[in-house]
Amino acid sequence: MAADGTWVYAIAERVAVPNTPLAQISGVGGSGVRTIEAAGLTAVAGDVGLAAFGEEALRRNLEDLDWLEATARAHHQVIDAVALQGPLIPMRLTTIYSGDAQIAAMLSERVADFRAALGRISGRTEWGVKAYANRQPEANDDSAVTPGSPGPETGAGAAYLRRRCDQITAQKNARQETLASAEEIHAELSRYAAETRLHAPQAPQLTGTKEPMILNAAYLLDSAHHEEFAAAVTALGGEHPGLRLELTGPWPPYSFAGTGEEGGRR
Amino acid sequence: MSSQHEEEPVLVPTAETQPRSQHRPAVHAERIALVDLLDRVLAGGVVVSGEVTLSIADVDMVRVSLQALVTSVSALAQASDDEAVPGR
Repeated sequence: MAADGTWVYAIAERVAVPNTPLAQISGVGGSGVRTIEAAGLTAVAGDVGLAAFGEEALRRNLEDLDWLEATARAHHQVIDAVALQGPLIPMRLTTIYSGDAQIAAMLSERVADFRAALGRISGRTEWGVKAYANRQPEANDDSAVTPGSPGPETGAGAAYLRRRCDQITAQKNARQETLASAEEIHAELSRYAAETRLHAPQAPQLTGTKEPMILNAAYLLDSAHHEEFAAAVTALGGEHPGLRLELTGPWPPYSFAGTGEEGGRR
Repeated sequence: MSSQHEEEPVLVPTAETQPRSQHRPAVHAERIALVDLLDRVLAGGVVVSGEVTLSIADVDMVRVSLQALVTSVSALAQASDDEAVPGR
């Protein structure tokens, strides 16, 4: 037992495990979910073996995409099930304590922060909007250059350079335009949100699409605003054909449960 | 916010391009795209500090794992690209 750690999923006011979906879930590392109560708050937690979740093992395991995915999904599954019972503060992945007493101490120490955070997110969920720049068809990049070159050598070279410059200028302008569109979209969508947060756009290696992501935003919405928000995303997508918008949600308030600067903007 | 958008995007062939449907509720864990999930569980959530195993879990952990992820995914992409070349 001394060699084990306790993984924390979330903090909420009251959470029941028996006779709820939480009782059926095998969480991170395959362990069941249990609760630790202190200071009028409840930490939702589970036991993890330090053979896989100790500091050194974690470093190694996090490099393993399959392991990371399984762990992330298990973490999220528990958090999603806790969210059915009321407002909650999700913990960042790999929040591991050495025992229940330490978790109880953490709850007592931060009780005011946690209560304030729970108040802010109560009745609200997080929605994500990503905007991808539609790639211009680039097939004409080369074909536009090659056919027009039967002139004198120097003329062809100059013409090529001129066309290349024009292309680069056009690409730059297109980028400015999509950026302006993204800012407009974000401003418009922010009107529906209690809070917003901009995440760093993800690299094409991660997104699995060659379209560059230029907006990766999260919005904290009152449940009354979900439908108009979704409608606004659809409408804005139509108004900005240079961008493809992707809406995800509802999410537990991962991006908004921060109790201080630690989870802040980047 | 705009400075990070200005870079020329890096074009890396991807191992598989999953169809990403719009307006799909994300509540069912199995259906969520991994990237959407990682955005939240690695960059979001509350960080509490002060515990033994937690010392690496703050900022460093996120950076380490995201780097690992990018590396793994581009390795996958590289492999599939190599396979795809003879076909073209």
